[in-house]
Amino acid sequence: MEGMKPRVLVVDDDQSLAEMLGIVLRSDGFEPAFVPDGSRALAAFREVKPDIVLLDLMLPGASGIDVCRAIRAESGTPIIMLTAKSDTVDVVLGLESGADDYVVKPFKPKELTARMRARLRKYDDAGGETLTIGPPNSPVNIDVPAHQVVRDGAQISLTPLEFDLLVALARKPRQVFTREVLLEQVWGYRHAADTRLVNVHVQRLRSKVERDPERPEVVLTVRGVGYKAGPP
Amino acid sequence: MTEPLEPAVHSGRVRFAERWGGFERAIGAGIRRLRQAWRRSLQLRVAASTAAVTGVVMLLIGVFLVAQIGAGVLRAKRESAIAQASVGQTTVVQAFTGLSPGDLNGIQSAFDEVTADSGTTGDLFSKVVLSTDDALNAQLQAPVGKIPHSLRQKVEQGTLALQYAEVDTSSGRAPGLIVGQPVSTSAGVFEYYYLFPLSAEAKTLSLVRQTVLVASLAMVLLVAVIATLVTRWVVLPVRAAAQTAGKLAGGDLSQRLPVAGEDDIALLATSFNDMANSLQQQIQRLEKMSRLQQRFTSDVSHELRTPLTTIRMAGELLFAGRADFAPELARSAELLNAELDRFESLLGELLEISRYDAGAAALETEQVDVTGILERALAASEVLASRHQLQIRVHTPPEPVLAELDARRVERILRNLIGNALDHAEGKPVDVSLGYDRSTVAISVRDYGVGLRPGEAALVFNRFWRGDPSRSRLTGGTGLGLAISLEDARLHNGWLQAWGERGKGAVFRLTLPRQAGAPVVESPLPLEPVAPPAVAAPALPADGGAS
Repeated sequence: MEGMKPRVLVVDDDQSLAEMLGIVLRSDGFEPAFVPDGSRALAAFREVKPDIVLLDLMLPGASGIDVCRAIRAESGTPIIMLTAKSDTVDVVLGLESGADDYVVKPFKPKELTARMRARLRKYDDAGGETLTIGPPNSPVNIDVPAHQVVRDGAQISLTPLEFDLLVALARKPRQVFTREVLLEQVWGYRHAADTRLVNVHVQRLRSKVERDPERPEVVLTVRGVGYKAGPP
Repeated sequence: MTEPLEPAVHSGRVRFAERWGGFERAIGAGIRRLRQAWRRSLQLRVAASTAAVTGVVMLLIGVFLVAQIGAGVLRAKRESAIAQASVGQTTVVQAFTGLSPGDLNGIQSAFDEVTADSGTTGDLFSKVVLSTDDALNAQLQAPVGKIPHSLRQKVEQGTLALQYAEVDTSSGRAPGLIVGQPVSTSAGVFEYYYLFPLSAEAKTLSLVRQTVLVASLAMVLLVAVIATLVTRWVVLPVRAAAQTAGKLAGGDLSQRLPVAGEDDIALLATSFNDMANSLQQQIQRLEKMSRLQQRFTSDVSHELRTPLTTIRMAGELLFAGRADFAPELARSAELLNAELDRFESLLGELLEISRYDAGAAALETEQVDVTGILERALAASEVLASRHQLQIRVHTPPEPVLAELDARRVERILRNLIGNALDHAEGKPVDVSLGYDRSTVAISVRDYGVGLRPGEAALVFNRFWRGDPSRSRLTGGTGLGLAISLEDARLHNGWLQAWGERGKGAVFRLTLPRQAGAPVVESPLPLEPVAPPAVAAPALPADGGAS
């Protein structure tokens, strides 16, 4: 990574915005690539192999939601949605289709790049750390440097964000995390933001690591406060 | 032998008491059910009251009829009795012809002759002859006891007299009529009585009574059935209308009443259906307008926001590089940047309020700690407060206060209220208090600034309202913040109220139910300050529940 600029794929049909994004991203040390059409987004993704995707929700061709699902189906690459709609339904739909984060237009360039850096940031992997949480008869083992999660002998495939969320909870198994703290630690928000982000991603994480997502044992809800890791 | 019986008796008594209690309860339940049916069923009320009125009328008619018939029957009996008696007189006179007063044997045989035919016809009538001389009656063993004393007195005075008394019949003593008259003969004055048993008349009267009773009962029953049927004709369509109206109110706008015939009921159904039609059209029109408005809002949102994003980024770039520009260009970049901020928040708030106008705002409730939301809102206002050296005094209970609400909206309300208070604080501190009770949670924000003129407390929530047009705002507020806050509070079924007095500052109080959708009846915090403004407002009122 050292010396290499992170590649960004910008999927947006608005020419001026794309060009402006290009100027801002280049000046902030990114290497942007552009695709204006939803139907060509997946091909461009395979070709560019970006480190992060900026995805407009309203696109000609295929909708942003479909593009998001298609990318997520083959890769855990961070996806940040650019949306003009802050309505709950649109935001939740976008997050549920696999986006890691979203930025509502009009956004400040610094806000956007800060979110992107938060998604590209790597955990300090020093020490070959391994973590164990969940019920003793069926624990979840996390190998932090190898980015591997194993339960009942089977490897669980998590996106980097889901992995970060699980590690954040697992590192302090007895501590209850409020949604705000998780937003700060995992998403890199400095100010309070939309807690729906946390809710949606906890649901996604549970659907992968829990035996029964309706009765979670690994990521527990603490009513009125937030979440915590299940006891090891 | 007796001992084992004891418990049996005892348990029997207990069982009886239990059964009696159960019986009483059953009666109580029955009465309650009856009362309920009475209140709820028009049909039952109409049928029962019609039957009751008919019953009373039939009772009066029956009593009158029986009395009339009875009187008529007795009158006829008396007349026939008197006629019989006057016929009998001549028989007696003949029987005693030629007898002298001392001729006991003669008198005895005359007695027997006169009363002879009463033996065979005893159930129709019987006869008794007595002498006015009781000594003679005793000698002849005449049946003095059969005739009441009072009647004999009247007869002895020389007149024909009647009296109702008990008489002997073949089947024992029975009510009867006795007619007596004095008869002067050569052997002296005698009393001659006819005794008529009234059993035939009594039979007739009881038959009449039974007939009237049966006829009345049949009449009452018939009237009740007719009333039930007639009310049913009226009640059934009314019930159908009520049911249909209920379904309409429940949102099923396609519900209509069936129309049959041209009577009043059909008229009701027709008018009802017309009403439902026009309601449906209105609502569909409103729904369409609301959908259009939502679409428009959403489209405007996207169309405006995308170019604004580009402008925003360009502005930021220019602003960041302003050090290299000529002074005029640098200032222009600063102005552009500042006004972009204002434009952006104004656009955001306009879109938010148009969402409310379109009825598209939806609540996203979850169980959260309200003190946490307040802390976040305070943190967001900290920069502004410290920049203008304003002190915010926070009075919150130490324990978390859980409530089911939309954290994003509540935080927005609180940021608006705190920002508004800082705007008007005029260098004086701002008090923020949180109070709660079992069902509600309240947050009041108090400033000690210029306050509100009378009547302004109702205006502050109007869109783009400004208390004093010459005053500038620290927050650069859009004038929509409080209007949106009020909508946010209403969406929660909550209250947002303002109090203010010239020179004493203003209080904005938000009261929300702790359970989503529940109504707010009372706020745990006062709206008007209880303490004089010079003294700091109390952290929590006595009923704040913070113990």
